[in-house]
Amino acid sequence: MASFIVRRLIQAVIVIFLVTIISFLLLHIIPGDPVIRVLGMHASQAQVAQLRHELGLDMPIYMQYGNWILNLFHGDFGKSFIYHEDVAKLILERFPVTFYLTFLALTISTIIGIMAGVISGVKRGTFIDSFITLFANIGVAVPTFWLGLLGIYLFGLQLGWLPVEGWTSPLDDFWQSTRQVIMPVAALAVPNIAIVARQTRSSMLETIHQDYIRTATSKGLAQNVVFYKHALRNALIPVVTLLGVTVAFLIGGEVLTETVFNIPGIGRLLVRAALDNDYLIVQGIILIVGVIVVFTNLFVDITYGWIDPRIRYR
Amino acid sequence: MDETCVTPDLQGIPQPRVSESRRIFKVMFSRWVVIIGAVIILLLILTAIFAPLLTPYEPNKVKLEDSLQQPSSQHLLGTDLYGRDVLTRILYGSRIAIIVGVVAVTASGAFGMFLGLLAGYFGGWVETIIMRITDALMALPPLVLMLAIAVMLGGGVPTVLLALGVALMPTYSRLMCGQVLAAKENDYVMAAKVVGAGNIRVMFRHLVPNVFPPLLVLITLDLGFAILTEASLSFLGIGINPPTATWGAMVSDGQRYLLTHPVLSFTPGLAIVLVVLGFNLVGDGLRDALDPRLRGRI
Amino acid sequence: MPPLLEVKNLKVTFDTMAGVVKAVDGISYHIDEEEVVGLVGESGCGKSVSQLATIQLIPTPPGHIAGGEVIFEGQDLLKYKADSNQMRSVRGAKISMIFQEPMTSLNPVFSIGDQITETISLHLKLNHQDAQQRAIELLEQVGIPDAAMRINNYPHQFSGGMRQRAMIAMALACHPKLVIADEPTTALDVTTQAQVLEVMMEMVKKIHNSLIIVTHNLGIVARYAQRIYVMYAGRIVEAGTSDDVFRDPRHPYTIALLKSVPRLDEPRGRQLVPILGLPPNLINLPPVCAFKARCSWAGQCKKETDPDLRQVGDNHFVRCHIDTKGELSGILQR
Repeated sequence: MASFIVRRLIQAVIVIFLVTIISFLLLHIIPGDPVIRVLGMHASQAQVAQLRHELGLDMPIYMQYGNWILNLFHGDFGKSFIYHEDVAKLILERFPVTFYLTFLALTISTIIGIMAGVISGVKRGTFIDSFITLFANIGVAVPTFWLGLLGIYLFGLQLGWLPVEGWTSPLDDFWQSTRQVIMPVAALAVPNIAIVARQTRSSMLETIHQDYIRTATSKGLAQNVVFYKHALRNALIPVVTLLGVTVAFLIGGEVLTETVFNIPGIGRLLVRAALDNDYLIVQGIILIVGVIVVFTNLFVDITYGWIDPRIRYR
Repeated sequence: MDETCVTPDLQGIPQPRVSESRRIFKVMFSRWVVIIGAVIILLLILTAIFAPLLTPYEPNKVKLEDSLQQPSSQHLLGTDLYGRDVLTRILYGSRIAIIVGVVAVTASGAFGMFLGLLAGYFGGWVETIIMRITDALMALPPLVLMLAIAVMLGGGVPTVLLALGVALMPTYSRLMCGQVLAAKENDYVMAAKVVGAGNIRVMFRHLVPNVFPPLLVLITLDLGFAILTEASLSFLGIGINPPTATWGAMVSDGQRYLLTHPVLSFTPGLAIVLVVLGFNLVGDGLRDALDPRLRGRI
Repeated sequence: MPPLLEVKNLKVTFDTMAGVVKAVDGISYHIDEEEVVGLVGESGCGKSVSQLATIQLIPTPPGHIAGGEVIFEGQDLLKYKADSNQMRSVRGAKISMIFQEPMTSLNPVFSIGDQITETISLHLKLNHQDAQQRAIELLEQVGIPDAAMRINNYPHQFSGGMRQRAMIAMALACHPKLVIADEPTTALDVTTQAQVLEVMMEMVKKIHNSLIIVTHNLGIVARYAQRIYVMYAGRIVEAGTSDDVFRDPRHPYTIALLKSVPRLDEPRGRQLVPILGLPPNLINLPPVCAFKARCSWAGQCKKETDPDLRQVGDNHFVRCHIDTKGELSGILQR
């Protein structure tokens, strides 16, 4: 198990390294001169030269990369062109908001998704299976932003039950915060519930056909015990391994919900920065997101080793 | 086998003989959900081809005097801010959807499979590097990655296609790499090598029928995913530029008038749901048909 | 004394894309207390399916138990629903099964100990301590060293032979009256096969259970079984004591089977005679003798109908029209 962890750790480091390269290269694939893009056509030579020097673009590329990495370790992600503040500060301010929403959506959608998938798999072919499968199929096809707008229209504008936008920290006003958070989290969670449910269902169906399930039944165990003890534990293993991908997916959806519901998180920051050509923010966010997902994957792999004894005792 | 090249839900699909493909189609379409999905896809294709015949209006022509009309017998779904008929724009939007979907998936599929082939065949360093790059790309949410690429390169169709291609590519490399590794370890490849046959040729003969089923499933599902993701990108205002009619942008444009003209945002969204659903149903049906264990009959 | 288990005219079918397969087409057999019975036949003849059907382990769809009775301790088990309390109280406690593939037949995420104590707790209502103790004793009895420690190991940490022993321990944990061993040694190498069989037989001596051995390996049943049933194409084609079947085989299939297997005590250089042809398709079987196409006596057989079981000795029955006059008797001496 120890060697397994070490191997995965090394892999993760390599991947993070590659993520930094991707993130770094993004700034350098911009066609034409990024400096002019930012400053506009009418910038003076001196301004252009100065910004270029600030961005370090006058150095050879490997030195730029080295500098950039060094700066990262000092927490310096550069300065935003538009906001004129440290990128790191901007990101850090908004990070808790995004984390809160994503975490809520992750937890809720995983629990509901697994439950739905298990029921659907165990009761395969019945009405409830058809219903859940139908819902899951639609859920995967629904764009998060559209779902959000639907919610705003229905529950916000027409029924007036929930606020249509905005953010309050749960620490300041828990009830108001929750009211504001319900729809964005739901919009984010629904497609994920569908994905998790489908994966769980197919995993359950596959597990149920295994020989050891027949053995369990031959010992005289009740169907419920066979399904929820013997099958489920095995069926959940592949579902757990998808957690990293799920987090990536949720972050992507988070970008949309923050835009629709006007929530001051990293997603909204990213979109605004993208529309304003504020490259350094985009670059910084890419890096952070990539690192988060890599660590999530690492965590998942280690947990997976703990759940599946075959890996544990390798 | 190295644990790098594993796509969990696709590796389990067994290899059918080519002669079985007819039977597989029969099984696939014996389920009415799959038929519905196929019909939807067909409708999409037909709409894209025959859009001009289906509507008298121009999708991009501005007619301010008709601005923001409610649905009527003249404009079945009303008009938008610029007086453009909503239904027409939805119909024409199917063209973008198909083009984006097909081109992006084809390109990323081809390139991804090629990389996967290299990785699997050469193994060692090559495999490690390619697979780690794949991991790095997969570490970024597709939307975020596409946002970044689209931002850096500016908007427009080619950028969106490139961004989509990059985001979709990793799954194909993984799939191909896994198949190549499995084929390499296959006993009969070793046997052929012993006899002296070129192992490239032997591997290919084994590879093609083996990779085809999961590849087909992946492509079908990715088509839906590509359309969905492009719509998200357009919704955010990044990507395909106006005035081209794309469903995502239409939803975004309609936001301001959500209370008075919900049709503007909801109908293009419905189109997205329908189309993606169609691809998903067919893709799922294909996957189930290829995996005998998931059916109620042997 | 009435037999422990009496199966009458059991029929099992499967729905497939190509049609309905008659996997088991009306077999009848019985087993007494403390008897060892062998059920032999080639792959696909229906022997495993028939045994799974007796304790209703057939997945239904696509399978169906299409008819027959399974009388165990005076009750017809087929009258119970598959997931009923009655059926569940029989499985594991009164009739248990040992399966062919020990690696896939044991749950990989639970320890061997957990899987054994599970059935002990279920049927014998012992508390965890006692159940654990009993499990350790069982593992020792089947010859697993360091049982007290190995009880916490997982299936993948055991070798093939040891896994099968653990399966045996698990099947015998509640001292069932009947154990069905479905190809128990097929997945093992030859040396391990012998060991595992010895273990099974020792347990039979200790626990006094009855044992049905399902196999295609004639050697196993020749040594251990008291009576043999030979199956072909879903039917029983010959039934008799071990002596009867091996020394005086009457069915062309049995004779051909014996001719195709080498023996240590026969003169060297005898030609092995394979059985030509393939087993019949079990969908839409015509009402004729299923073996006729491959039968060496086909020329002498004038009847076109499907033969019934015919008595040819005290306990010896054969499903054949002609009298092969024990062509092999005399050749196979112990």
